[in-house]
Amino acid sequence: MDASGIGLWGVPLAILGGAIRVSTPFIFVSLGEAITERSGRINLGLEGTLVFGAMAAYAVAVITGSPWLGLVAAAFAGLCFGLFHGWICKFARVNDIAIGIALMQFGSGLAFFFGKPFIQPSAPDLPAIPLGAWSDIPQVQAALDVNVLFLIGAALAVFLWWAFRNTRAGLIVRVVGDSSDAARAMGLNPNTVRLIATGVGGALAGIGGAYLSLYYPGSWTERISSGQGLMAVALVIFARWNPLGCFAAALLFGGAGALGPALQSVGVTQGYYLFYAAPYILTLVIMIATSSPSRSLAGAPGELSITK
Amino acid sequence: MSKITGHKAVGVETIGMTMRFGAFTALGDVSIKVPAGSFHALLGENGAGKSTLVKCMMGFYHPTSGEMLVDGREVAIASPQDASALGLGMVYQHFTLVPSLSGAENLVISREKVPAIIDWRKERDELAVFMDRMPFKLPLDVKVAELAAGEKQKLEIVKQLYLGRSFMVLDEPTSVLTPAEAQEVLGLVRAMTRAGDLTVLMISHKFHEVTAFADDVSVLRKGRLTGTGRVVDLDHRQMAAMMIGDQPIAALDSRAEPKPDAEIVLKVKALKAPDRTGLKSIRIEDLGVRSGEIVGIAGISGNGQKEFLEVLAGQRPRDAGEVMVRGTAYAATRAEARALNVRLIPEEPLKNACAPKMTVAENISFRTFDIDGNGKPVSWISAGAIKAFSAHLVEQFKVKTASLSSPIASLSGGNVQRAVLARELTGEVDLLIVSNPCFGLDFSAVAEIRARIMKARNAGAAVLLMSEDLDELLELSDRILVMSDGALVYETPIAQASVQTIGAHMAGHH
Repeated sequence: MDASGIGLWGVPLAILGGAIRVSTPFIFVSLGEAITERSGRINLGLEGTLVFGAMAAYAVAVITGSPWLGLVAAAFAGLCFGLFHGWICKFARVNDIAIGIALMQFGSGLAFFFGKPFIQPSAPDLPAIPLGAWSDIPQVQAALDVNVLFLIGAALAVFLWWAFRNTRAGLIVRVVGDSSDAARAMGLNPNTVRLIATGVGGALAGIGGAYLSLYYPGSWTERISSGQGLMAVALVIFARWNPLGCFAAALLFGGAGALGPALQSVGVTQGYYLFYAAPYILTLVIMIATSSPSRSLAGAPGELSITK
Repeated sequence: MSKITGHKAVGVETIGMTMRFGAFTALGDVSIKVPAGSFHALLGENGAGKSTLVKCMMGFYHPTSGEMLVDGREVAIASPQDASALGLGMVYQHFTLVPSLSGAENLVISREKVPAIIDWRKERDELAVFMDRMPFKLPLDVKVAELAAGEKQKLEIVKQLYLGRSFMVLDEPTSVLTPAEAQEVLGLVRAMTRAGDLTVLMISHKFHEVTAFADDVSVLRKGRLTGTGRVVDLDHRQMAAMMIGDQPIAALDSRAEPKPDAEIVLKVKALKAPDRTGLKSIRIEDLGVRSGEIVGIAGISGNGQKEFLEVLAGQRPRDAGEVMVRGTAYAATRAEARALNVRLIPEEPLKNACAPKMTVAENISFRTFDIDGNGKPVSWISAGAIKAFSAHLVEQFKVKTASLSSPIASLSGGNVQRAVLARELTGEVDLLIVSNPCFGLDFSAVAEIRARIMKARNAGAAVLLMSEDLDELLELSDRILVMSDGALVYETPIAQASVQTIGAHMAGHH
């Protein structure tokens, strides 16, 4: 039980480390989805974008030897997926949710098709910053080994929160997301704004995928994503479309996800599989606790098809 | 240069404006002249071509033929952007403010040139200076969704002035305002036109507003200009004649004497229910509606009337309290509604009282399709009986439809409402609950629908009428109650009703 030397303290520490490590893809996908949904469209295809981004990043990193080029490739692939979704959705009588589901399958399938040759070779990892170097305890060092993408994600969340209020682009996205009529009256084209917002959202989801294959777990397999892309969409709703909320929700979700492995590492041998379900149970509980049958969702963009 | 807009009012003139959609002429050869600094009213029924005319003027439509003059010079307006470059702007009937943005955000983002990064300190200072010159005082840091309808309307007007517009089209600007708010807004706009800061073209169908505020009036009917002139030279009857021509208008039944000791049909006690936001609740302490009377509920939209109606209609759960119909607890089930003869005419009937894609015949038969002549449930639904039943009602209620098997959504608003009335007013009616029955309908449909409601009252029905149109309530009700902030705050018999007092209670100052 006490093999690690710090005993039960290992559990919160492992949860903290897990939160930082597991949350990064959630942060990027949910921030991307927050931008898309704030513009009044929902893109469920981000799961497929995430998987394709993971494959593209890994493949390019293997070929060029640079994880950063891999990251750029993933972002570009995500951008293309997002723009494709946005382009299809501009046609009348197209349902964004149905297109999203189709693109989810399409992205995964395409990733498996192109990704077959890259399952064996190994790619260079994205760098991490050892923020725990001050400590001699290996668990602390492991927990605080923070990947740069996590820090970029955190900065991005703060930036988006600021930008939705203080930049022209941010206000335009909110206008379009809340009222197409008002946007048209201002001479804005809602479809163009949504196209760009969906494209940017896709690019961020692609970056989330690159983190999966190039850092944690750090390899390309067909089962690399266990529904992170879909859960991130739920996180956006849970976070009430607020970028800072997305960041917090992703951390919470990542921390809950680390509970199972953490308990296992301190020697709990029974029932820890149940704790692997902790993030999903947590999401369900919070969703139920914060919703109400007789009240509409506060903060929801008015043009979103799920709130109409 | 004026001190409010920084621009001088411009005069606008249309010459021979014509707009055809295929073979249909929406607007035929309409010439109106709105001199700089005047307040011009545009009257007409729904579908008379008022919106088509202003949309042509604003560049939303490209007229088939016709010209526009601004300050006497011919101009080409191909888009709303061209119109705004000339200082022409429009305040729509449906607000074009973005609900989740604050007033300040709405103003800044609607500007032609917005910097990529907005310096809110600087913008706020400039807005404060601008608002100092405005006749309206408005909170700009509050989300628009939280403003009252009157404040939104003022913000729409302020937005046009902020954008430097000096000719403004107001599309039924008072339809969502209390009488006092309407007076205030139009009075201030009027003062701006007097000062030469602004020219106004107001679309309206309220004669008293036209008389009180406008200088000139133009009347459209079926796309043609049927009259124009100084307001001082015209009375309401002449304007009505220009507006509707010589078609007959259904007269209101004279009001049968109310019986103060008639049976109380609807009784609501200590009712409590959550409102739409879930943050507040509506509370109806005690309300009784007697047989043979119309009880009107006045209030600005969003003060709980809609929720109250939903509770009575069984669409919204209640937290506490009881609803009794003829002494029986009423939970709005189909069986109870049938047994107690409760009928409901909700607002926006196409959305709330119809299945839009089902046929006219099916919609008219919703209450009766599953019972036979003796009120026994049937096991086999007869399409023939549904047709026969609805054919009779369509004729009796003068529903204009291409056929009984057309989807009800293809009917005009007035005819949808007639079909719903046909369904709800057929058979015995002990309690009739009505909400905004005439919203958006034309003159003759309004007159007919009000006549039908009055007829139901005279036949002994207890009628609960919720309406945002105070004129309608004053015309129909025996008693008027005011709903404000989720509660009934004021009651008056019709003989003592005063618009000012009712308006003050609607606005919450009492």
